[in-house]
Formats: sequence, structure tokens, C-alpha cells
Amino acid sequence: MPPSLARPIPETADRDAPAVRVRNFTRRFGQTVVLNDLNIDIGRGEFVALLGRSGSGKTTLLRTLAGLDSAGGQDVTTPATRAVVFQDARLLPWKRVWRNVALGLSGADARARAEAALEEVGLGHRLEVWPSTLSGGESQRASLARALVREPGLLLLDEPFAALDALTRIRMHDLVLSLWRKHAPAVLLVTHDVDEAISLADRVLVLDAGAIAAEEKITLPRPRESNAEFRAIRNRLLGHLGVEAPRAAPVEGALIAFPSGEIVA
Amino acid sequence: MSLTTADRKPIELRLPRFALSNARWLSPVLLLLLWELGSRSGVIPPRILAAPSTVLGALWELTASGELPANLVVSLARAAAGLGIGLVVGTVLALVAGLSKVGETAVDPLMQIKRTIPSLALTPLFIVWFGIGEAPKITLIAVATVFPIYLNLFSGIRAVDVRLIEAARSFGLSQVQQIIHVILPGALPSFLVGLRYAMGVALLVLVVAEQINASAGLGHLINNARDFMRTDIIVVCLLVYAALGLAADLIVRSLEQHALAWRPSFIKS
Ligand SMILES: Nc1ncnc2c1ncn2[C@@H]1O[C@H](COP(=O)(O)OP(=O)(O)OP(=O)(O)O)[C@@H](O)[C@H]1O
Ligand SMILES: [Mg+2]
Repeated sequence: MPPSLARPIPETADRDAPAVRVRNFTRRFGQTVVLNDLNIDIGRGEFVALLGRSGSGKTTLLRTLAGLDSAGGQDVTTPATRAVVFQDARLLPWKRVWRNVALGLSGADARARAEAALEEVGLGHRLEVWPSTLSGGESQRASLARALVREPGLLLLDEPFAALDALTRIRMHDLVLSLWRKHAPAVLLVTHDVDEAISLADRVLVLDAGAIAAEEKITLPRPRESNAEFRAIRNRLLGHLGVEAPRAAPVEGALIAFPSGEIVA
Repeated sequence: MSLTTADRKPIELRLPRFALSNARWLSPVLLLLLWELGSRSGVIPPRILAAPSTVLGALWELTASGELPANLVVSLARAAAGLGIGLVVGTVLALVAGLSKVGETAVDPLMQIKRTIPSLALTPLFIVWFGIGEAPKITLIAVATVFPIYLNLFSGIRAVDVRLIEAARSFGLSQVQQIIHVILPGALPSFLVGLRYAMGVALLVLVVAEQINASAGLGHLINNARDFMRTDIIVVCLLVYAALGLAADLIVRSLEQHALAWRPSFIKS
């Protein structure tokens, strides 16, 4: 790995040190400053959601943390093993599902590990199929399995559920939570969906003007219902995002858990 | 505006006896019959064109005597040697140019210059350089097949979805692993298109190259037949060339079916 990429935490690192530590990070594209003097910490095993307007630099930050873009020698520390789930599943169409999950794994037990990971996301019966035959939700689950099979210290999710229907999305939320509890990676979830952020994360951050503009610690017990506190947090976050909070409380439905809060940017 | 199949159906149902309207074999067979008739009645003299039955006879004779198989093997070996060299050189150049910026800068301009020269125009030069034996023929085929392989593989490599490469990179795959698992399989469909094209080119150039003073091969057979005005043998050779073209196509098709089994169009539901 080139030395300019985000620096992995050394083996001897302090046990209490955060998984991700970014200090005064600035990222430019030509004249445009996208991230400006940004600071962020993510604790080990902490679930952080990142909100922000379209074009605010969420993906740029995620790519830096993933090591896909160079940190340019700035102060960025991440765990050595990182895995990304993108909005589009990005499975290799020419590899069967289990081989996609086993991609880059070495050792005789690669297949067994891939199978176990697919079992975990409920795709144990589709090991041998081609990715093009998977539904959108199944593709994302395979993509999750591919990320988790590496036991990453940091799991980066860039709007992984945005293209899924509401019901599938709710199932994916449950799945992600249970996988997170089991494997305990630090998670950074980039999303446009305020309700998704509140119902999943320990902490919700709002990215604006290149830096973290607001932070909400969510202490509600999971699974989270849309109660008064939930709505209060949502209104505050929507305010930070520059969206008028809904005047009347939204109608709560049994089927649609997250009736509003999606920012259509 | 064209009729859809749905529009045509009722007509077929009403006139079931005219199922012949779909018989695509009919007109070729009719032509053959006319040709045979023309030959037998003397309208078409044998030195212009032999009758289909005579051609069949010649095919049988040439096969039984071993003359056709022996010459066919010579021609096939030529085509295979030329195509093989073209394939290796084209693939190597495409990998060099496709996988590195430096390689592209070094190789691509040369290939683009090469493209502007029709390969067959090099024939006189190759005869001067290599004489009239096997070498100029094989070189000609090799030179002509390099480009389709190179161009398709190169653009195939460059057209691999960067998002997939990025995903592989995010999982810590090394450059070599990225090439093996992502770039080469991603470029394979384009490569096969290039291979199919190169096979066609190889056959075409083979036909022309074999006119250069060949002492064996299908071209030699044709040249001899021409000298003796044996149009039946000439037609037999044309049939063999056609069969070679078909065979080449079949080979690539079955390669595609195996190598690209993951493509939605090949997945059996
Ligand atoms: N490779 C690049 N070259 C130039 N500009 C870029 C590049 N990548 C991103 N940008 C710019 O940086 C800004 C932030 O982009 P980014 O993709 O991080 O936004 P985002 O917050 O993820 O948006 P969205 O919610 O729409 O995904 C945008 O203005 C974008 O145009
Ligand atoms: Mg984005």
C-alpha cells in the first residue's frame, strides 16, 4: 500500500484509541474545497451515521477512509482492515456469488468462510449462482457478506440501501444491526435518510461546508420506534440540513416505519 | 412500417398450407436446381461453371484421393500459424498498452500507424523479404490479425468498469490480483469479439496469400484447377473456404458460451 494512503493503526496501538481519527483534514478538487479542516473520531465498534446534502463531500470522506483516495500525508488514521459496501453492489458479474465473497481471501478455508458469511446474510442457498440473477436486495446482502467476511475493523457503507424498496430496506436495517452486534466493527454509514440514521446509529453527524456541522448522540434503545424523542432528534437534524421540519407530526403507519425524513436532494 | 409477428399469425392460421412461406431453404435449392438444369442443357458450359453434381463428384474424388485433405491441412496450418502469432503479439501489445499509461504512449501510436496500411498491401514487400515460401504467407496473416486482437483487447481493458476495479482495490487486492480477477475477465468479451474478427481476417488473407506461388494448400489446388479450367475443383475449394469460415465462427461461439457463461444472455433460466 502506498504510504500516502490513510495510515493504518499500528499493532501496538493504544487499546482505547478510536478506530478512526481524522484531524484538520482538507480535500480539494482543483479550486473547490470539498472537505475543509475536518475532524472526526469513530470509536471501536461504534456505529456512526453521516448525513449531508448532496455534494457535501460524504463520499469523498468515505473514499479517503477506505483508502481509495490518498490522504495526501494528512492526519488520517484508520484500522488496517476496511471494507466498503457501495450503493451499487459492485459484484463481479463473472464470478459466482461465493467467489465474489471470497475475493482476495487466501487460505484453504476461503470457501468455507465465504459460505459462512453468505449463510449469515441469508444467501446460503445462492452460493453458486451468477450475480446477475440476484435481486437488488440480494446483491446488497452478498455485498455485505463480502465486506464482513474480512472481519474489518471499519465498515464503510455509502448509501447501501438507497436503491432498495422500503420493505427490503427495513430488513436490511435489521440485518446490518445484527451483523454489527456480532462482528463489532466501527461503522460509518453515509445516508440521505434521516430516519435510517437515527434508527441505526449510536451517533449521527451532519457534514456541511466541508466540516462536521452537527452531532446527535442517539441513546434511544434499539429497536427504535418513532416516538417523541425520535421526532425531536429528526427535527433538529433536518434543521441542520436546512430542511423545514414537518409542521404536523407525520401519520404513523404499521407498514411504513419511516414515513418521512428522506431528503430528496 | 413493418408487421410484427403478432400481426402475421392470423394469416398463417388461415392458410396452413402456405407454411412454405417460411422455408428459407427453398430459394437456394431452387437456384441449385436451375444451375444443374442449365449445366445439363448446355446453357452453362462446364468451363464457365461446373454443374452442382459434377462439383459433388469432384469433392468426393478429391477427398477419396487424399488430395483435398492434404492441401486443407497445409492451408489450415498456415492460417493457424499466422493467427497464432497475430494472437500472441496482439495480446501482448494490448496488455502492455492497456495496463499502463507508458505502454499506451509507446505502443498505441505505432499500432494506429500500422492500421492505416492495408495489410495486403505489404505483400510485395514480404515477398522481397521472405521469398515465396511459407514465411510471407504466415507473416501476412499474422500482421493482418494483430490489429483486430490488439484493438479489441485494448479497448476492452480500458472499458472495464472502474467501479469494479475500485471495489477490488477497497478489499485490498494487489495490482496483479486486480488484473487477474477484474480487468482480464472484464476485457474477455471484447477480446472474443476481436478473436472472431481476426479469424475472419485470417481466412481472407489466407485466400489472397495462397495465390502467391503456392506449391501446396487450397490456393495451390485452385491455381492448378484454373490452369486446367476445372471449375468443379475451383467451386469445391470455394465451398471449403466457406466451411472454414463457418467453423471459425462456431469455435468462437462455443468459446463464448463457455467463457461468458455469466452473461445474462447465456444464463439458462
Ligand atoms: N473526482 C472528482 N473530481 C472533481 N470533483 C469531484 C470529484 N469527486 C467529487 N467531486 C466533487 O466534490 C463534491 C463532493 O462530492 P461527494 O461525492 O463527496 O458528495 P456526496 O456528499 O457524496 O454527494 P451525494 O450525496 O450526492 O452522493 C462535489 O461537488 C463533487 O462534484
Ligand atoms: Mg455520495
